Amino acid sequence: MIDSKYFLKGFASIRGVRSPAIALGASFIAIGALLKNIGFTIQESIFSTFLTYALPGSLVMAESMIIGASLINIFIAVWLVNARLYPMTVSLMPLLMHKSQPKWKYYLSCHFIAVSSWLIMKDNYEQINKESRIDFWIGIGVATWSVAIFSTVIGYLASDFLNEDVLIGLAIINPIYFTCMMVGAMKTIKISLSIILGAVLGPAFYFVSPEWCILFGGITAGTVAFLIGEINDK
Amino acid sequence: MTSNIVLVILITSFATFLSRFLGVLSSENIKETSKIFRWFNCLAYSTLAALIARIVIFPSGLLSEVDYFVRIIVVILSIGLFFITKKNLVYPTIFSAIILSLFNSYL
Repeated sequence: MIDSKYFLKGFASIRGVRSPAIALGASFIAIGALLKNIGFTIQESIFSTFLTYALPGSLVMAESMIIGASLINIFIAVWLVNARLYPMTVSLMPLLMHKSQPKWKYYLSCHFIAVSSWLIMKDNYEQINKESRIDFWIGIGVATWSVAIFSTVIGYLASDFLNEDVLIGLAIINPIYFTCMMVGAMKTIKISLSIILGAVLGPAFYFVSPEWCILFGGITAGTVAFLIGEINDK
Repeated sequence: MTSNIVLVILITSFATFLSRFLGVLSSENIKETSKIFRWFNCLAYSTLAALIARIVIFPSGLLSEVDYFVRIIVVILSIGLFFITKKNLVYPTIFSAIILSLFNSYL
Protein backbone atom coordinates (compact mmCIF):
# COMPACT_ATOMS: atom_id res chain seq x y z
CA MET A 1 0.00 0.00 0.00
CA ILE A 2 2.69 2.44 1.04
CA ASP A 3 6.22 1.53 -0.02
CA SER A 4 8.08 1.48 3.29
CA LYS A 5 11.48 2.01 1.70
CA TYR A 6 10.48 5.41 0.34
CA PHE A 7 8.32 6.22 3.36
CA LEU A 8 11.32 5.74 5.66
CA LYS A 9 13.56 7.69 3.33
CA GLY A 10 11.14 10.61 3.57
CA PHE A 11 10.77 10.16 7.30
CA ALA A 12 14.56 10.40 7.69
CA SER A 13 14.46 13.96 6.34
CA ILE A 14 13.98 15.24 9.89
CA ARG A 15 17.56 14.29 10.65
CA GLY A 16 20.78 15.99 9.56
CA VAL A 17 22.01 19.52 8.86
CA ARG A 18 18.91 20.52 6.90
CA SER A 19 16.55 19.20 9.53
CA PRO A 20 13.30 21.11 10.04
CA ALA A 21 12.86 19.56 13.48
CA ILE A 22 14.37 22.44 15.47
CA ALA A 23 12.39 25.13 13.67
CA LEU A 24 9.15 23.17 13.78
CA GLY A 25 9.74 22.15 17.37
CA ALA A 26 10.48 25.69 18.53
CA SER A 27 7.37 27.16 16.97
CA PHE A 28 5.01 24.44 18.12
CA ILE A 29 6.45 24.62 21.65
CA ALA A 30 5.48 28.29 21.52
CA ILE A 31 2.01 27.36 20.21
CA GLY A 32 1.57 24.80 23.01
CA ALA A 33 2.40 27.43 25.62
CA LEU A 34 0.13 29.99 23.93
CA LEU A 35 -2.82 27.59 23.77
CA LYS A 36 -2.42 26.80 27.44
CA ASN A 37 -2.40 30.49 28.29
CA ILE A 38 -5.66 31.14 26.45
CA GLY A 39 -7.40 28.31 28.29
CA PHE A 40 -7.12 25.21 26.11
CA THR A 41 -6.88 21.81 27.78
CA ILE A 42 -4.00 19.58 26.72
CA GLN A 43 -6.38 17.40 24.69
CA GLU A 44 -7.70 20.45 22.84
CA SER A 45 -4.15 21.64 22.13
CA ILE A 46 -3.17 18.27 20.68
CA PHE A 47 -6.42 18.14 18.71
CA SER A 48 -5.70 21.60 17.31
CA THR A 49 -2.21 20.81 15.99
CA PHE A 50 -3.36 17.35 14.84
CA LEU A 51 -6.17 18.80 12.73
CA THR A 52 -4.80 22.15 11.58
CA TYR A 53 -1.03 21.66 11.33
CA ALA A 54 -0.37 25.11 9.91
CA LEU A 55 1.36 27.54 12.17
CA PRO A 56 0.04 30.92 11.00
CA GLY A 57 -3.49 29.52 11.08
CA SER A 58 -3.14 28.40 14.68
CA LEU A 59 -1.71 31.81 15.62
CA VAL A 60 -4.60 33.63 13.96
CA MET A 61 -7.04 31.32 15.72
CA ALA A 62 -5.48 32.12 19.11
CA GLU A 63 -5.41 35.85 18.46
CA SER A 64 -9.01 35.85 17.25
CA MET A 65 -10.12 34.02 20.38
CA ILE A 66 -8.32 36.52 22.61
CA ILE A 67 -10.21 39.42 21.03
CA GLY A 68 -13.44 37.40 21.05
CA ALA A 69 -13.99 37.27 17.28
CA SER A 70 -17.08 35.49 15.92
CA LEU A 71 -16.82 32.04 14.33
CA ILE A 72 -17.35 33.42 10.83
CA ASN A 73 -14.61 36.00 11.37
CA ILE A 74 -12.27 33.30 12.60
CA PHE A 75 -13.05 31.24 9.50
CA ILE A 76 -12.30 34.15 7.16
CA ALA A 77 -9.11 35.21 8.98
CA VAL A 78 -7.73 31.66 9.02
CA TRP A 79 -8.71 31.05 5.41
CA LEU A 80 -6.96 34.25 4.32
CA VAL A 81 -3.71 33.52 6.12
CA ASN A 82 -3.67 29.88 4.97
CA ALA A 83 -4.85 30.45 1.39
CA ARG A 84 -1.16 30.26 0.39
CA LEU A 85 -1.61 26.49 0.83
CA TYR A 86 -3.62 26.44 -2.41
CA PRO A 87 -0.81 27.53 -4.75
CA MET A 88 1.59 25.44 -2.67
CA THR A 89 -0.55 22.33 -3.24
CA VAL A 90 -1.05 23.04 -6.94
CA SER A 91 2.69 23.48 -7.43
CA LEU A 92 3.52 20.25 -5.58
CA MET A 93 0.89 17.59 -6.29
CA PRO A 94 1.35 17.39 -10.09
CA LEU A 95 4.97 16.41 -9.36
CA LEU A 96 3.78 13.52 -7.18
CA MET A 97 0.87 12.21 -9.21
CA HIS A 98 1.24 8.85 -10.87
CA LYS A 99 -1.53 6.76 -12.37
CA SER A 100 -0.42 3.62 -10.51
CA GLN A 101 -1.12 5.27 -7.15
CA PRO A 102 -4.59 5.43 -5.55
CA LYS A 103 -6.20 8.86 -5.22
CA TRP A 104 -6.88 8.65 -1.49
CA LYS A 105 -3.16 8.97 -0.86
CA TYR A 106 -3.18 12.44 -2.42
CA TYR A 107 -6.36 13.63 -0.73
CA LEU A 108 -5.23 12.45 2.70
CA SER A 109 -1.58 13.43 2.49
CA CYS A 110 -2.36 16.97 1.35
CA HIS A 111 -2.97 17.58 5.06
CA PHE A 112 0.81 17.46 5.50
CA ILE A 113 1.38 20.44 3.23
CA ALA A 114 3.02 23.12 5.33
CA VAL A 115 5.96 25.38 4.65
CA SER A 116 8.71 23.13 5.99
CA SER A 117 7.52 19.84 4.50
CA TRP A 118 6.79 21.58 1.18
CA LEU A 119 10.25 23.13 0.96
CA ILE A 120 11.90 19.78 1.77
CA MET A 121 9.87 18.01 -0.92
CA LYS A 122 10.63 20.71 -3.49
CA ASP A 123 14.30 20.32 -2.64
CA ASN A 124 14.36 16.53 -3.05
CA TYR A 125 11.68 15.36 -5.49
CA GLU A 126 14.00 15.08 -8.47
CA GLN A 127 16.02 12.37 -6.73
CA ILE A 128 12.98 10.10 -6.37
CA ASN A 129 11.32 8.30 -9.28
CA LYS A 130 7.84 9.62 -9.96
CA GLU A 131 5.97 6.51 -8.95
CA SER A 132 7.45 6.51 -5.43
CA ARG A 133 7.30 10.25 -4.76
CA ILE A 134 3.96 10.10 -2.96
CA ASP A 135 5.28 7.52 -0.47
CA PHE A 136 8.40 9.60 0.08
CA TRP A 137 6.12 12.61 0.64
CA ILE A 138 3.95 10.75 3.17
CA GLY A 139 7.15 9.91 5.04
CA ILE A 140 8.17 13.59 5.20
CA GLY A 141 4.64 14.55 6.19
CA VAL A 142 4.26 12.03 9.01
CA ALA A 143 7.70 12.99 10.37
CA THR A 144 7.11 16.76 10.42
CA TRP A 145 3.54 16.39 11.64
CA SER A 146 4.67 14.14 14.53
CA VAL A 147 7.33 16.68 15.55
CA ALA A 148 4.64 19.39 15.57
CA ILE A 149 2.23 17.41 17.74
CA PHE A 150 4.95 16.26 20.12
CA SER A 151 6.26 19.83 20.49
CA THR A 152 2.79 21.17 21.19
CA VAL A 153 2.61 18.79 24.16
CA ILE A 154 6.08 19.84 25.38
CA GLY A 155 5.18 23.53 25.08
CA TYR A 156 1.90 23.02 26.89
CA LEU A 157 3.56 21.16 29.78
CA ALA A 158 6.55 23.52 29.98
CA SER A 159 4.63 26.78 29.64
CA ASP A 160 5.19 27.76 33.28
CA PHE A 161 8.94 27.60 32.75
CA LEU A 162 8.99 29.58 29.51
CA ASN A 163 9.56 33.24 30.31
CA GLU A 164 9.22 36.05 27.81
CA ASP A 165 12.88 36.06 26.72
CA VAL A 166 12.74 32.36 25.90
CA LEU A 167 9.46 32.72 24.02
CA ILE A 168 10.85 35.63 21.97
CA GLY A 169 13.86 33.46 21.10
CA LEU A 170 11.52 30.63 20.06
CA ALA A 171 9.39 33.00 17.98
CA ILE A 172 12.29 34.09 15.72
CA ILE A 173 13.50 30.55 14.94
CA ASN A 174 10.77 29.71 12.46
CA PRO A 175 10.99 32.88 10.33
CA ILE A 176 14.79 32.48 10.25
CA TYR A 177 14.52 28.83 9.17
CA PHE A 178 12.06 29.75 6.41
CA THR A 179 14.15 32.73 5.30
CA CYS A 180 17.26 30.57 4.97
CA MET A 181 15.37 27.84 3.11
CA MET A 182 13.91 30.39 0.72
CA VAL A 183 17.31 31.99 0.10
CA GLY A 184 18.63 28.47 -0.55
CA ALA A 185 15.80 27.82 -3.03
CA MET A 186 16.70 30.81 -5.22
CA LYS A 187 18.18 28.79 -8.07
CA THR A 188 16.35 30.17 -11.13
CA ILE A 189 15.49 33.72 -12.17
CA LYS A 190 11.77 32.99 -11.83
CA ILE A 191 11.98 31.66 -8.29
CA SER A 192 14.47 34.28 -7.15
CA LEU A 193 12.26 37.07 -8.52
CA SER A 194 9.15 35.51 -6.96
CA ILE A 195 10.82 35.40 -3.56
CA ILE A 196 12.38 38.88 -3.68
CA LEU A 197 9.25 40.58 -5.04
CA GLY A 198 7.03 38.67 -2.60
CA ALA A 199 9.18 39.74 0.33
CA VAL A 200 8.92 43.39 -0.78
CA LEU A 201 5.29 43.53 -1.92
CA GLY A 202 3.83 41.48 0.96
CA PRO A 203 4.81 44.04 3.61
CA ALA A 204 4.13 46.91 1.16
CA PHE A 205 0.50 45.81 0.72
CA TYR A 206 0.22 45.72 4.50
CA PHE A 207 -0.36 49.47 4.32
CA VAL A 208 -3.36 48.84 2.05
CA SER A 209 -4.83 45.90 3.96
CA PRO A 210 -3.16 43.97 6.79
CA GLU A 211 -5.52 41.02 6.21
CA TRP A 212 -5.19 40.73 2.45
CA CYS A 213 -1.52 41.75 2.11
CA ILE A 214 -0.14 38.20 1.83
CA LEU A 215 -2.56 37.24 -0.94
CA PHE A 216 -2.45 40.54 -2.85
CA GLY A 217 1.30 40.94 -2.46
CA GLY A 218 1.94 37.28 -3.26
CA ILE A 219 -0.26 37.14 -6.35
CA THR A 220 1.12 40.36 -7.77
CA ALA A 221 4.73 39.38 -7.10
CA GLY A 222 4.31 35.82 -8.41
CA THR A 223 2.55 36.95 -11.58
CA VAL A 224 5.15 39.61 -12.38
CA ALA A 225 7.98 37.13 -11.71
CA PHE A 226 6.28 34.52 -13.92
CA LEU A 227 5.83 36.93 -16.82
CA ILE A 228 9.41 38.22 -16.64
CA GLY A 229 10.69 34.63 -16.31
CA GLU A 230 8.67 33.39 -19.31
CA ILE A 231 9.97 36.24 -21.52
CA ASN A 232 13.48 35.55 -20.31
CA ASP A 233 13.21 31.80 -21.05
CA LYS A 234 12.25 32.37 -24.69
CA MET B 1 -16.71 27.07 26.88
CA THR B 2 -15.12 23.69 26.14
CA SER B 3 -17.47 22.88 23.29
CA ASN B 4 -16.81 26.38 22.00
CA ILE B 5 -13.06 25.72 21.83
CA VAL B 6 -13.67 22.45 19.97
CA LEU B 7 -15.88 24.30 17.51
CA VAL B 8 -13.20 26.94 16.94
CA ILE B 9 -10.59 24.22 16.33
CA LEU B 10 -12.90 22.49 13.84
CA ILE B 11 -13.55 25.74 11.98
CA THR B 12 -9.83 26.59 11.91
CA SER B 13 -8.90 23.19 10.55
CA PHE B 14 -11.69 23.26 8.00
CA ALA B 15 -10.59 26.70 6.75
CA THR B 16 -7.05 25.34 6.46
CA PHE B 17 -7.86 21.97 4.86
CA LEU B 18 -10.10 23.66 2.28
CA SER B 19 -7.12 25.21 0.45
CA ARG B 20 -5.18 21.95 0.54
CA PHE B 21 -8.15 19.90 -0.69
CA LEU B 22 -9.01 22.29 -3.53
CA GLY B 23 -5.32 22.27 -4.43
CA VAL B 24 -5.32 18.49 -4.96
CA LEU B 25 -8.61 18.70 -6.87
CA SER B 26 -7.11 21.28 -9.26
CA SER B 27 -3.86 19.31 -9.54
CA GLU B 28 -5.68 16.38 -11.17
CA ASN B 29 -5.93 18.39 -14.38
CA ILE B 30 -2.62 20.22 -14.26
CA LYS B 31 0.49 18.83 -15.93
CA GLU B 32 3.87 19.65 -14.43
CA THR B 33 5.07 20.91 -17.80
CA SER B 34 2.17 23.34 -18.30
CA LYS B 35 2.24 27.12 -18.12
CA ILE B 36 -0.31 27.19 -15.33
CA PHE B 37 1.88 24.91 -13.22
CA ARG B 38 4.85 27.24 -13.70
CA TRP B 39 2.66 30.21 -12.76
CA PHE B 40 1.42 28.53 -9.59
CA ASN B 41 4.99 27.63 -8.72
CA CYS B 42 5.86 31.35 -8.79
CA LEU B 43 2.72 32.16 -6.78
CA ALA B 44 3.62 29.60 -4.12
CA TYR B 45 7.11 31.00 -3.61
CA SER B 46 5.94 34.62 -3.69
CA THR B 47 3.08 34.16 -1.19
CA LEU B 48 5.46 32.29 1.11
CA ALA B 49 8.00 35.09 0.87
CA ALA B 50 5.22 37.63 1.50
CA LEU B 51 4.10 35.71 4.58
CA ILE B 52 7.60 35.42 6.04
CA ALA B 53 8.46 39.06 5.34
CA ARG B 54 5.21 40.07 6.99
CA ILE B 55 6.03 38.02 10.09
CA VAL B 56 9.46 39.65 10.37
CA ILE B 57 8.46 43.24 9.52
CA PHE B 58 4.92 43.42 10.95
CA PRO B 59 4.86 40.66 13.55
CA SER B 60 2.00 40.02 15.87
CA GLY B 61 2.45 38.80 19.41
CA LEU B 62 5.79 38.65 21.19
CA LEU B 63 8.07 39.49 18.26
CA SER B 64 6.40 42.90 17.96
CA GLU B 65 7.97 43.84 21.30
CA VAL B 66 11.44 43.50 19.78
CA ASP B 67 12.79 46.62 18.09
CA TYR B 68 12.37 46.62 14.30
CA PHE B 69 16.08 47.31 13.79
CA VAL B 70 17.10 44.37 16.01
CA ARG B 71 14.86 41.96 14.07
CA ILE B 72 16.39 43.01 10.74
CA ILE B 73 19.96 42.70 12.09
CA VAL B 74 19.22 39.18 13.40
CA VAL B 75 17.79 38.13 10.01
CA ILE B 76 20.81 39.47 8.11
CA LEU B 77 23.33 37.86 10.50
CA SER B 78 21.51 34.53 10.30
CA ILE B 79 21.48 34.53 6.49
CA GLY B 80 25.22 35.26 6.63
CA LEU B 81 25.78 32.33 8.97
CA PHE B 82 23.67 30.12 6.68
CA PHE B 83 26.12 30.74 3.84
CA ILE B 84 29.25 30.53 6.01
CA THR B 85 28.17 27.10 7.31
CA LYS B 86 27.53 25.84 3.74
CA LYS B 87 23.75 26.02 4.01
CA ASN B 88 23.42 24.33 7.36
CA LEU B 89 19.98 25.17 8.77
CA VAL B 90 20.59 24.13 12.36
CA TYR B 91 23.26 26.71 13.24
CA PRO B 92 21.49 29.86 11.99
CA THR B 93 18.21 28.93 13.67
CA ILE B 94 19.78 28.27 17.07
CA PHE B 95 22.05 31.31 16.69
CA SER B 96 19.06 33.57 15.91
CA ALA B 97 17.18 32.52 19.04
CA ILE B 98 20.15 33.08 21.33
CA ILE B 99 21.19 36.40 19.84
CA LEU B 100 17.66 37.78 19.77
CA SER B 101 17.13 36.89 23.44
CA LEU B 102 20.48 38.54 24.29
CA PHE B 103 19.78 41.68 22.24
CA ASN B 104 16.36 41.94 23.76
CA SER B 105 17.66 41.63 27.31
CA TYR B 106 20.70 43.90 27.08
CA LEU B 107 20.00 46.51 24.40
